[in-house]
Amino acid sequence: MAEAHPVGFQYVVEAKNRGAKIIHVDPRFTRTSALADEFVPVRAGADIAFLGGVVNYILSNEKDFREYVVAYTNASMIVSEEFQDTEELDGLFSGFDPELNVYDQSSWQYAGQQHMGQEEGEAHADRETASGLEQESHGPPIPADVPRDPTLQDPRCVYQILKRHYARYTPEVVERVCGVPEKQFLAVCEAWTANSGRERTTALVYSVGWTQHSVGVQYIRTGAIIQLLLGNMGRPGGGVMALRGHASIQGSTDIPTLFNLLPGYLPMPHHRQHETFQKWVDEIRHPEQKGFWANAESYAVSLLKAYWGDAATAENDWGFGWLPRLTGDHGTYQQVLDMIDGKIRGYFLLGQNPAVGSAHGKAQRLGMANLDWLVVRDLFMIESATFWKDGPEIATGEIVPSECRTEVFFLPAASHAEKEGTFTQTQRMLQWREKALDPPGDCRSELWFFYHLGRRIREKLASSTRDRDQGLLKLNWDYEVHGDEPSGEDVLREINGYRVADRSVVSGFTDLKADGSTACGCWIYSGVFKDGVNQAARRKPGREQDWVAREWGWAWPADRRTLYNRASADPEGRPWSERKKYVWWDPDAGEWTGYDVPDFEKTKPPSYRPPEGAAGVEAIAGDDAFIMQGDGKGWLYAPSGLIDGPLPTHYEPDESPVANPLYGQRANPTRKRYERSENPSNPISEVFPYVFTTSRLTEHHTAGGMSRQLAYLSELQPEMFVEVSPRLAAERGLEHLGWAHIVTTRAAIEARVMITDRLRPLRIDGRVVHQIWLPYHWGSSGLVTGDSANDLIGIVLDPNVLIQESKVGTCDIRPGRRPTGPALIDYVNDYRRRADGDQ
Amino acid sequence: MGTNSLYGPLDPAADAGYTEPPPRMGFFTDTSVCIGCKACEVACKEWNAVPDDGFNLLGHSYDNTGGLSADSWRHVAFIEQPAAPAPPAVDALAVAGGAPAAPDFRWLMMSNVCKHCTHAGCLDVCPTGALFRTEFGTVVVQEDVCNGCGYCIPACPYGVIDQRKDDGRAWKCTLCYDRIGDGLTPACAQACPTQSIQYGELDELRERARERVTKVEGARLYGHDPDDGVGGDGAFFLLLDEPEVYGLPPDPIVTTRDLPAMWKRAGLAGLAMAAAVAVSFLGGNR
Amino acid sequence: MKDRAMVPPAEFRSYYGRPIVRPAVWHHDIAAYLFTGGLAAGSALLAAGGDATNRPGLRRAGRLTALGALGASTYFLINDLGRPERFHHMLRVAKLTSPMSVGTWILSAFGGAAGVAAGAEVLRLPRIGATGGYAAAALAPALATYTAVLLADTATPSWHAAYPELPFVFAGSALASGAGVGLIAAPPSETVPARTMAVLGAAMELYGAHRVETTKGILSEPYAQGRPGRLLRAGRTLTALGVAGALLGRRSRVVSALSGASLLAASLATRFGIFDGGIASAKDPKYTVIPQRERLNR
Ligand SMILES: Nc1nc2c(c(=O)[nH]1)N[C@H]1C(S)=C(S)[C@@H](COP(=O)(O)OP(=O)(O)OC[C@H]3O[C@@H](n4cnc5c(=O)[nH]c(N)nc54)[C@H](O)[C@@H]3O)O[C@H]1N2
Ligand SMILES: Nc1nc2c(c(=O)[nH]1)N[C@H]1C(S)=C(S)[C@@H](COP(=O)(O)OP(=O)(O)OC[C@H]3O[C@@H](n4cnc5c(=O)[nH]c(N)nc54)[C@H](O)[C@@H]3O)O[C@H]1N2
Ligand code: SF4
Ligand code: SF4
Ligand code: SF4
Ligand code: SF4
Ligand code: SF4
Ligand SMILES: [Mo]
Repeated sequence: MAEAHPVGFQYVVEAKNRGAKIIHVDPRFTRTSALADEFVPVRAGADIAFLGGVVNYILSNEKDFREYVVAYTNASMIVSEEFQDTEELDGLFSGFDPELNVYDQSSWQYAGQQHMGQEEGEAHADRETASGLEQESHGPPIPADVPRDPTLQDPRCVYQILKRHYARYTPEVVERVCGVPEKQFLAVCEAWTANSGRERTTALVYSVGWTQHSVGVQYIRTGAIIQLLLGNMGRPGGGVMALRGHASIQGSTDIPTLFNLLPGYLPMPHHRQHETFQKWVDEIRHPEQKGFWANAESYAVSLLKAYWGDAATAENDWGFGWLPRLTGDHGTYQQVLDMIDGKIRGYFLLGQNPAVGSAHGKAQRLGMANLDWLVVRDLFMIESATFWKDGPEIATGEIVPSECRTEVFFLPAASHAEKEGTFTQTQRMLQWREKALDPPGDCRSELWFFYHLGRRIREKLASSTRDRDQGLLKLNWDYEVHGDEPSGEDVLREINGYRVADRSVVSGFTDLKADGSTACGCWIYSGVFKDGVNQAARRKPGREQDWVAREWGWAWPADRRTLYNRASADPEGRPWSERKKYVWWDPDAGEWTGYDVPDFEKTKPPSYRPPEGAAGVEAIAGDDAFIMQGDGKGWLYAPSGLIDGPLPTHYEPDESPVANPLYGQRANPTRKRYERSENPSNPISEVFPYVFTTSRLTEHHTAGGMSRQLAYLSELQPEMFVEVSPRLAAERGLEHLGWAHIVTTRAAIEARVMITDRLRPLRIDGRVVHQIWLPYHWGSSGLVTGDSANDLIGIVLDPNVLIQESKVGTCDIRPGRRPTGPALIDYVNDYRRRADGDQ
Repeated sequence: MGTNSLYGPLDPAADAGYTEPPPRMGFFTDTSVCIGCKACEVACKEWNAVPDDGFNLLGHSYDNTGGLSADSWRHVAFIEQPAAPAPPAVDALAVAGGAPAAPDFRWLMMSNVCKHCTHAGCLDVCPTGALFRTEFGTVVVQEDVCNGCGYCIPACPYGVIDQRKDDGRAWKCTLCYDRIGDGLTPACAQACPTQSIQYGELDELRERARERVTKVEGARLYGHDPDDGVGGDGAFFLLLDEPEVYGLPPDPIVTTRDLPAMWKRAGLAGLAMAAAVAVSFLGGNR
Repeated sequence: MKDRAMVPPAEFRSYYGRPIVRPAVWHHDIAAYLFTGGLAAGSALLAAGGDATNRPGLRRAGRLTALGALGASTYFLINDLGRPERFHHMLRVAKLTSPMSVGTWILSAFGGAAGVAAGAEVLRLPRIGATGGYAAAALAPALATYTAVLLADTATPSWHAAYPELPFVFAGSALASGAGVGLIAAPPSETVPARTMAVLGAAMELYGAHRVETTKGILSEPYAQGRPGRLLRAGRTLTALGVAGALLGRRSRVVSALSGASLLAASLATRFGIFDGGIASAKDPKYTVIPQRERLNR
């Protein structure tokens, strides 16, 4: 966190100065470790075993916050008889289809709900479209009435299932799998549990060290399970905090740049699953289900009204037919492979540098070299625009500049300081920025580009009567412009939503209607322009308001700073403790009150119980704190929605030097692999004996486009390097500041050697495992250049969200520089042959 | 010049002739909360338009700046301190039958800067008056007066001030003289996320530091004491190890403390010289 | 200061062995300047003595050398500054705490006087020559010794530590070099005082240098090792040869000249040795840390 979120880390420092204990779990000692009270070195890719061990510690010592767990989680829910756990199936859950590598989730359901699982063949489509990601907040289908055992004794209740599932994650096993000494592990367990409960809360912070794995989603699920068991969710000082990446990466999931989502986590319709508007909407709101998704139709209709204005009518299903449809996997990695295969002819690249930043650099570059045209909009002339003349494939002869067919159009972009708009940060908070200066020369904002691109395309198509063009032609495409620059505030107003009749802004998503009388660009952002005021532009300093600082920026939904904050009060609505009071029920006023906007219906008393057969918001009981969930509860066990299982289980990464010490099933069986000749994986082999992980340096930014172009940053970390422990250096004959090259079955890259005690070997399952660390910021252009770590990495994805496993792989490291030219290909092929021979 | 003009506790602005100067301003750099982000280095360069310092991988942990220089007025030091100097042998790990014990390892970081000494050697020896004392008690080079004689450079007991190769003149931190006069915080302190760099009235900072040092294990203050060899630093530090570990002199003394003695010795030598000549010529024996 | 062990304590620590204080950025221009300044001073004294005791050979050689050496000094100084127009910045202030400022004024005043003396010598204007010559001689000790303060008044460990003796080394060296000029240029009949001056100067220089090289504990080390060590040893040898020549070669013009040259070379070597020794002490952090640590631990 100190490395990649230094500004946010000030609060960790502040907390530490006030007595908080900071524990850092990471494969290597970083700037974060330097300030932490305790550093726990862990093997990259083994955190589920670590966290599973914590779950086991909590359950076997009964350290859970029982009252919270019973009231607010699904611990007491009874799971179907048909469910079989990994314990029984040696690492697989029930329902596995070994041919398609997916699960039929029917058997995972709560008792009596098996029909809620997917229909025939759905599992495969869900996996292709990463529908798990769509579930990010709208929740999979779950009915309100589930059999429960509040005593938690029923052997089929979630609590008992959890207990059995994690029983084997003992401290010894944690040590064997993760390399964390038992004593240190137990110290972490003790600290975490001792600092949770009524009077205290513990926060869990993670970022891409947890996500970029073939089991990334399950990493985070394990963290969430612990936080739920300890009562750390929905309470001040608690939570699971996802530190986001690029400045508005949160914003770009809310109003997504993802292929399978529409704004506000509405799923992109699938051509087969969502043939009609009604089917699509029902899939989101699940008619008999409880919770706020029941109003999804209002959000969906309002979105379509925002897109198509008057052209969207009840008769034409609000223009649903004009929405594009998913037909399968259109994720970025599939697209790159499609480019290689010649299936994609043109490509827009905006604010991304896949030639350096995306896994399997060579595939990225070969794909882009096989297009008719490529538009790159960026601040700088990055590798993704110049790969055809200076990429590593030029030397190997795989790309010949004079023959490369791709026509590259480089369009200079305005930077964040040169345009107005919002950033949405980690806390779901929108912050408005003014434009500080005009962009230089031909640089233009994204808003400008898309507005005029749309305008021009619409002009060109104006006379078209083809069906496929109608969606474009009917678009509501008029925005206030200043000169030729569209107004960002005008766009934000549309995102907020307005009444179609008089264009008056709505004050929140509860104002949205399903009858076409409102339009809203993103329902979760509704309220950001409440009262006609740009709420995101509020900047009252923290010292001039209370500690929740609600007059700074605006957080979705409804300016709520902590989600599910109903859980900060006990089931009766009283604060769990004076110290940790946040939102509570005021019986005299008959409403919820507190420091934050209550995440609950304001006047629904804690004692409220829904009438028989209720659905939607009405079905939410007075103690259902997790109001977006179909059952109102925090999920320890996920009866549906996840592609790879209802409970997190330790699997080895796609590439690891050891077999799975826990189960016969080695790696995540549903992980997404693209089995093609250019995308091999390293087998378990002495040829690739070391584990490597990649990450960031404070001094550079991601693919380096924004840092390697700047002298002040480049001088701070001027060269690609690799960190190794003194012992590995001795083993391989590496010299400090000398050259080394790192080899996988995809590539060999070179780097200067940094020998440091910050990396240390671990003992894993009876053998010494060395870990190597690489920053991934270097590429072939800029003030400082170097080989790209991503060339080493293959394309293997988490099945739920299609994120690449770039945090762990196996490799070899040797002293000296790598071969150059075609010899490099031979060198790598030779490694591959030897590794395969080893099998 | 007052009695303590060359050595000892002193209010430097008053000594320099300012009547009713504003409070003395300075830095308290608390290295125990430094995260080595180098925002201070970059902010300083941005604000002061300092050129880059070359692209050299030094292998000194994450320090590729090396030290303060004409082109780096803030410098973040990185010190890796393993518990044992030698790494444990492979067998030790195997014999232990388990993973190594929790490592006792420290990574110290510290943002260094000009000390704006009460008795500034650089300023004392400057023959042109290019270096001067501001009303805030800080020490600043006037770039249009500096003639590049380089005398200030070896005179600084901290090795701070330095000559820029291309123009020969001396450059260093100005304590953002062009900002603090307008009531702004110096760029480096403004950029520091963890408040490792604290800017303010020196008296107040010393007070704060006195309190902080009692709360951090193994902490010591450096440069805070008006009775030290330079009369106290305008920019002082809380350190977690001995100063020399960070590249700081353990007990700096302003060179000019001894200047009267030096002139005396020079006078004596001069007299001896004159006497020798007299003896040579007047000693008879033609 | 007491004698200290030459061996650094084992637990000496530093930041990657990087220097703590910054070595002077001066090039060998300044080392050369130390020599020419001393030479100018010694020559001026020689000239004044010659004038007073009616030895025109010594007077003439001294006055001309003084001016020549002064010219060289000015050249070296300006060369080191990089740009001639920067020199005058120093004449805008006079600052007692800055040996360079003081030195600039001394040098300027001396320059004027020496110029007058040499001009008068060439134009054969005895009165004016005497005024200029005595004025220059009066300033000469200051000119010869301020450079010692110039070096010592720094944080350069081995220079600063040597401040009590450095003026004597420089004064002695200046005398010896002035004497050398006399031995080379004046007729043998006039050279007796020059020989005495050589002996006295050499004694002063050798005594000072010996103390610098032996009594500064670890800070003497840089003067004994490497290039500075070699230069200082060469200086000592050349001084000894020069003095021996001066004492034994009275009759021989050739031996006199050789011994004069030897004294000049000795002075040059000594200056470079002192200069380089200081630089070496600044480059190695142990010379900053160890003495300061010892001071703290006392
Ligand atoms: N200076 C700077 N700041 C940035 C960025 C940048 O490039 N430079 N990028 C921004 C972006 S886009 C993002 S996404 C964020 C990312 O922020 P972070 O996730 O904090 O960044 P990383 O450095 O990639 O990874 C964090 C840590 O994960 C560790 N790690 C790797 N594998 C594992 C594992 O299996 N288990 C555990 N426990 N740890 C593991 C790595 O050693 C590393 O220290 O940072 C943002 N901020
Ligand atoms: N091995 C490995 N690979 C990784 C990761 C890892 O940890 N390890 N981390 C992954 C993560 S989390 C991320 S986010 C990616 C990042 O990978 P990329 O997104 O491919 O890399 P960036 O360098 O951030 O590219 C952003 C580009 O946007 C440009 N830009 C900035 N502002 C604007 C703007 O306003 N408009 C336009 N048009 N362009 C702009 C910048 O100049 C820059 O070139 O890398 C991923 N790849
Ligand atoms: S770059 Fe921006 S977002 Fe990242 S830490 Fe710094 S201030 Fe925060
Ligand atoms: S630290 Fe050095 S440069 Fe800074 S004021 Fe003191 S003597 Fe001058
Ligand atoms: S280099 Fe400039 S600032 Fe330094 S002493 Fe000389 S004139 Fe003064
Ligand atoms: S005070 Fe100003 S000049 Fe000095 S280091 Fe900080 S930013 Fe640079
Ligand atoms: S900005 Fe602050 S935290 Fe960052 S390196 Fe500088 S002093 Fe340390
Ligand atoms: Mo990211």
